[in-house]
Amino acid sequence: MTPPPLTVHTGRAVVLARDDVDTDQITPAQFCKRLTKHGYEDALFAGWRGQPGFPLDQPHLRDASVLVAGNNFGTGSSREHAVWALRDWGFVAVIAISFGDIFRRNALKNGLLAISLPEADVAALSKAAETDPDLPVTVDLEECEVRAGELRRRFDVDSHARYLLLNGLDDIALTEQQDEDISRYERGRKPWLPSLRPGCLSGRGAS
Amino acid sequence: MSAPRTIIDKVWDDHVVRSGDASDLLYIDLHLVHEVTSPQAFDGIEHQGRAVRRPDLTLAVEDHNVPTDSLLIRDAMSKAQVQQLRANCERHGIEHLAHGDGRQGVVHVVAPELGLVQPGMTVVCGDSHTSTHGALGALAFGVGTSDVEHVLATQTLSLARPRTMAVEFTGALPPDVSPKDLVMALIAQIGANGAHGHVLEYRGPVIRQISMEGRMSICNMTVEAGARAGLVAPDEITEDYLAGRPAAPTGAQWDDAVAAWRELRTDEGARFDRTVVVDTSELTPFVTWGTNPGQAAPLGDGVVPDPDSFSEPGEQAAARRALAYMGLEPGTRMRDIPIDTVFLGSCTNGRIEDLRAAAAVLDGRKVAPGVRMIVVPGSMQVRAQAEREGLDEVFTAAGAQWRLAGCSMCLGMNNDRLGGPARVASTSNRNYERRQGDHARTHLVSPSTAAATAVAGHLASPRDLIGGDR
Ligand code: SF4
Repeated sequence: MTPPPLTVHTGRAVVLARDDVDTDQITPAQFCKRLTKHGYEDALFAGWRGQPGFPLDQPHLRDASVLVAGNNFGTGSSREHAVWALRDWGFVAVIAISFGDIFRRNALKNGLLAISLPEADVAALSKAAETDPDLPVTVDLEECEVRAGELRRRFDVDSHARYLLLNGLDDIALTEQQDEDISRYERGRKPWLPSLRPGCLSGRGAS
Repeated sequence: MSAPRTIIDKVWDDHVVRSGDASDLLYIDLHLVHEVTSPQAFDGIEHQGRAVRRPDLTLAVEDHNVPTDSLLIRDAMSKAQVQQLRANCERHGIEHLAHGDGRQGVVHVVAPELGLVQPGMTVVCGDSHTSTHGALGALAFGVGTSDVEHVLATQTLSLARPRTMAVEFTGALPPDVSPKDLVMALIAQIGANGAHGHVLEYRGPVIRQISMEGRMSICNMTVEAGARAGLVAPDEITEDYLAGRPAAPTGAQWDDAVAAWRELRTDEGARFDRTVVVDTSELTPFVTWGTNPGQAAPLGDGVVPDPDSFSEPGEQAAARRALAYMGLEPGTRMRDIPIDTVFLGSCTNGRIEDLRAAAAVLDGRKVAPGVRMIVVPGSMQVRAQAEREGLDEVFTAAGAQWRLAGCSMCLGMNNDRLGGPARVASTSNRNYERRQGDHARTHLVSPSTAAATAVAGHLASPRDLIGGDR
């Protein structure tokens, strides 16, 4: 389902200063047995919540909507449940030094902005947000800019994803407009490529 | 004359339906589906009144949450997910391998074994270890559920062209070093995010000596270096592997296919964005000490590192947190770490060669008292083959459990999730916190290291067992 258009968002930030936060931590596998796409806020960092000093446990930051993280955030499993949990908790953006590739793609597909900034900027933003938990942090997808206090930084974002998000468009519907090209491509596919017509595997390989 | 291209670019170019400024619309030749990451995607297309464009290019397998000690799914949520997959496949005419089918197993073991993955193809699955299929010379990568929905509906994805990286394994290959050790050494060398944004081509003389199954182990763990995918150009080993498999071409089409596959290699002079060389001559088996696959050390003379020995503050903090979770002291020799649970299986090391390597070590030996070992074949066909070779008897005689096929303890979504405190030697691919259980500490190892560890009761390679234990 298409997320609503997203242009500019301002909210408070919570800092999770760890590298290599994998999607198994963001949403543990037990929560991936559900059949739905919503209602995952209870899953978010379920293994880490309740541990002394875990940043997301601070009651005054429960309404934070920007997560500031470290290197390689969202590495590992492709589970989109990780993005759903962050979104359902209330996050609109994650700002990190770098992201797992699949996570970043999943995030943008769900209207969760995954923004990479250089290490020094992430450090400055973290420090500012930790010093003043009420600091408003703005992520501006139109200008491709993060603003917080003194900090003003442009970010790169996949231009196709940005176009879809700004306009609230459905990627599948857009692709469907290219149906003729897809059909033409299909007619030119190599004849030996495998096909799974029903029953096709019941041959020699079956035991 | 056109500019020289890498094999990665060739496969990419072959699949461009339409090119755009920042991304290309890429055709997907094979879409693999499993029960955990697909229900919301099927819901999505049905909600919009869409059909599955190419059920004939889609295969569904039940693997992630099914039990491997019984054909009865007792967990209500797992059962609902499996039933949902069955209903979705039924409704959309998708071929589906159910728990109990003789061809069921971990999707990344099953698809190559059926001959469904061939050189030059594009393959996706809602699972990060889809990179496994690169072993056959395919461009194969994991996607999330939104992309699963997009592929179900259109058989395409819009993607930006990836950067390319050549990984050259050179040097002699020591006899006790397995493909798993090679890829773990690579990840330890470049880091858990060292290949971020890249697709890798494994090159050089060493990869040419490695079997198709070994190449699958290597491509499988490519994602643990942060890469999207990794592949190996096809050669005779690839052709021999594919010949006669159910979905492989036959007759004149086989000849045409082979002729095309032989063209599929990186041109002389083609440029990669990066090149990494790994000298294999001095390698010993690798094992992890931390909570990501890059936190690894050689088993030979390796010790648990001192967090202060890392240069980056981020790495130091990560090592400190990892050691706290793992309950390890810096300076401890890797081979002195006691183990109570051994898992042999997964899409990394659940193939017949992996089981053979472990059985060769266990033959005539016993799993140490207090150690529990489970052997979960990657597929039911692997299981049947192992039974034909009598490997199951070796495992059970040694005191290990012999299971049905599935993901099982790799991610602990079925009843193999570890309940109490445990320290596991696991042939899987992720040593993340709590992956195998709330109090489970995972050390990633190769199959023969797993077997030797089970016998010794502490991390050990087969060499450590010589004399005494058999
Ligand atoms: S065996 Fe493990 S890594 Fe492989 S597909 Fe299953 S859960 Fe994922």
